Amino acid sequence: MRKNWPVLALGAALLVGLALPLATGASSLGFYIEVLLGGLMTGVLYSLVALGFALIFKASGVFNFAQGAMVLFAALAVARLAEAVPLWLAIVLATAIMVALAWVIERVVLRPLVNQEGVTLLMATLGVTYFLDGFGQTVWGSDIYKIDLGIAKEPVMILEKLFEGGILVNKEDFLVAMVAAGLVAGLTLFFQKTATGRALRAVADDHQAAQSVGIPLNHIWVIIWSVAGFVALVAGVIWGSQLGVQFSLAQVALKALPVVILGGFTSIAGAIVGGLIIGVGEKMAEVFLGPVLVKAFDLAGGGIENWFAYVLALLFLLVRPEGLFGEKHIDRV
Amino acid sequence: MLYRENGQFKSTYASDQQMLPIAQDRVFMVLLLAFAFIGVPLVTSDYVFLSLLIPFLILTLAAIGLNLLVGYCGQISIGHAAFMAVGAYAAYNLVLRVPQLNFLVVLLLAGLIAAVIGVLFGIPSLRIKGLYLAVATLAAQFFSDWMFARVKWFTNYAHSGSVQTAPIELFGWTVETPVEKYLFLLAVLVVFTLVAKNLVRGHIGREWMAMRDMDVAAEVIGIRPVYAKLTAFAVSAFYCGVAGALWGFVYLGSWEPLAFNLNLSLNLLFMIIIGGMGSLLGSYFGAAFIVALPILLDQVPIWLGVPISTATSAHLALMIFGALIVFFLIVEPHGLARLWAIGKEKLRLWPFPH
Repeated sequence: MRKNWPVLALGAALLVGLALPLATGASSLGFYIEVLLGGLMTGVLYSLVALGFALIFKASGVFNFAQGAMVLFAALAVARLAEAVPLWLAIVLATAIMVALAWVIERVVLRPLVNQEGVTLLMATLGVTYFLDGFGQTVWGSDIYKIDLGIAKEPVMILEKLFEGGILVNKEDFLVAMVAAGLVAGLTLFFQKTATGRALRAVADDHQAAQSVGIPLNHIWVIIWSVAGFVALVAGVIWGSQLGVQFSLAQVALKALPVVILGGFTSIAGAIVGGLIIGVGEKMAEVFLGPVLVKAFDLAGGGIENWFAYVLALLFLLVRPEGLFGEKHIDRV
Repeated sequence: MLYRENGQFKSTYASDQQMLPIAQDRVFMVLLLAFAFIGVPLVTSDYVFLSLLIPFLILTLAAIGLNLLVGYCGQISIGHAAFMAVGAYAAYNLVLRVPQLNFLVVLLLAGLIAAVIGVLFGIPSLRIKGLYLAVATLAAQFFSDWMFARVKWFTNYAHSGSVQTAPIELFGWTVETPVEKYLFLLAVLVVFTLVAKNLVRGHIGREWMAMRDMDVAAEVIGIRPVYAKLTAFAVSAFYCGVAGALWGFVYLGSWEPLAFNLNLSLNLLFMIIIGGMGSLLGSYFGAAFIVALPILLDQVPIWLGVPISTATSAHLALMIFGALIVFFLIVEPHGLARLWAIGKEKLRLWPFPH
């Protein structure tokens, strides 16, 4: 493989940045690992949203801006349904709703717009975003709701013998990481081993060729949007249990965009790795770089995690436009 | 019958290339301008000025800016409110720190500063395109949100982070009443529309359109992508910077950092989709639509006599908004401007369509 020096330079700069707090003694090892773990957990959540995004882009070429709105919608549905029925039933019902939603989106939005340019489809998903935001809050209400997964939230100290003060971790966080890993494994199996998965991959490679060998495009799209809806549901439930279900969830889910940029639009592995990089990167930046910036420029508070992910993705785009795992795009006239 | 160009012969190149080649169009334009400058101030109430016409004029200017980039040059941006913010804060600081400057100079300088920032965030467009660029422009959006909220210098160390402006003064004329604001904005908008119209029908506009239609082919026939794309970003950000300064000084008067958030960016994008991409007229239609729709949606339940809480009506408005966007994309991807063109075409043949 040809060496790509700018990418290596950027990667090296990031690694040095990561190591700097430890090297300069700005933080103790225990605290550092705590921040790192916190970043990884956030990263897993970003990965989950990005996953749904990458799935849809891979199979239908649609840049689905509405993934964040779908996360919010699914989380609201679960939260409100769980008030009436047990949680597991609420999740089942919400899954059914997401499948219905996928079907409606395919029928009403995608089918009439088939063969349109990518930008037009992006705009259409923007419309879907607005609609879902409004619809979700009209139907389910617009307060802050809670999803209780029934797991103890109090943090546990581990490795107290190894470090002074030990490390604070959350039991729920571990469960979340397990769920995410399980979801990725399940999706990989589904894509690689089932007939439907094969059809999905065929569509992703070439719409026309897939159609000409008898794969029904419309069905495939319903399936892929349903899967993305389910992934959104999982992401929504997990986020909802940690942050509470509220409108800001949709905004946070926008962070999935830099994640897919970093990982490559069409790659499932990319969504996961990108999510972890962004999660760790922005936590680290917030905790260690933030105070330095505040001091240097006399800022009114930190909050650089709001833009760090985007700027990181921007820098990355400059040196490697196709992302970490994306396919290289060649233009022909 | 009335709208027909029979007998209007073009005997010089100049008359062949003029902006409105049909005499009836020229008459219509003069009448329209006369109505806008003289008729509207006579019949319109302050409420309509403040809640409809003033935001309409400013947002039209911003929409033209975005349309130059997205509609003409094909580079998508979902962060254009950032350039409006740059323009607004640049103007605020210029007025604050160099009070002797004429406001028109301030306006142009604010636009220029926005243009510089626009070029900066346009640089990625040289390597990436289409949807990737959308994310790059989001970076501009979130970075500017953060910067203007956190860096105290920009807001002159205001405690709440919000800034206040005095009414603007031009050559001893204080633009204060709604009518005065309207006239000032209208004049600015007319000038900027004229400039934009001439840009897009000149060589630079043609380069933009060539980039939009197929960038590799455009490069092959000798159009420099660096130059074409970055000028589009610069001009577009300039327009949005000016619009942002006007939005802050004339419409809002005092504003908080979040006045220029992602929502405004998306609204600008909707304006040009609904109005029509690659059409200056479309920017007008789109801005009018987006400004009028929420007000209309607020009024409808009152007319129908169905009381709806403000929260519900806000959510309903979101839904209708989203549904309309999808509807427009499906029914008429080229927007309202396209409908207007079709109407004109029909009118030329009317009443004998064959």
